[in-house]
Amino acid sequence: MLTTRTEQVVVREQHDIVNVRQVVRSWSLALGFGLVDLTKLVTAASEIARNTVEYGGGGTLQIEELRDGLRQGVRLVFEDQGPGIADIERAMTDGYSTGTGMGLGLGGTKRLVDEFDISSTRGAGTRVAITKWKRR
Amino acid sequence: MGPVLLVSIQVDLHDQLALSLQDDLTNAITTHGSKGVLIDISALSVVDSFMGRMLANIAGIARVLDAVTVVVGMQPAVAITLVELGLSLEGVRTALNIEKGITMLRAAVAHRDGPLHVMGDADDAD
Repeated sequence: MLTTRTEQVVVREQHDIVNVRQVVRSWSLALGFGLVDLTKLVTAASEIARNTVEYGGGGTLQIEELRDGLRQGVRLVFEDQGPGIADIERAMTDGYSTGTGMGLGLGGTKRLVDEFDISSTRGAGTRVAITKWKRR
Repeated sequence: MGPVLLVSIQVDLHDQLALSLQDDLTNAITTHGSKGVLIDISALSVVDSFMGRMLANIAGIARVLDAVTVVVGMQPAVAITLVELGLSLEGVRTALNIEKGITMLRAAVAHRDGPLHVMGDADDAD
């Protein structure tokens, strides 16, 4: 699998969440994603970016354009150096949230993408990687 | 049915702005004594859980303040994404466009205020 293009985006404040939506949108458009897949990926990015800002104390997003044989896709890697997630299994449950009560938990976000990978170390931070492949 | 508040969201709102809208709308309902709120989201290409919850909140607050809320113009891709995300916008009335939304508002307000008028009216008893 090849990474053909990357970009780093700062995810520190609320305004950055809007920016993440815009950047991911333009990458998805450039790759020729269909409207539904594009909307799902942008929405998923928005959910995780908010977690990065709200719980992770801010971090970064690395966007990667992927090529695997004839397949093309986008991988979004969100990283923060925040307190980490104490109970990942619970965080993945629908409807679970510790913050402002506005969150949905990450279970719903996982359904919007093809691949979802999360790792977290208490006191060291959280890394969430999501991938969406272009449908042919 | 009293003045209807018409809100058209034209830009991608950051979270604080979405919360401000919620506050402003709440105040406007009280100030104008509105019985209906129509929110046009046709320009929004993304509605994430925060925005979705905000729409549900507005509908809930409006209900407590004796007003009906209808959200109109949701793009199909947004609808698909919201449901898959697990947000069904329960308690939020939706319509395809502004015209249908106004019709729905009228009907909802009339229906809600209706029983007061027909109470004691033998002809309408069922």
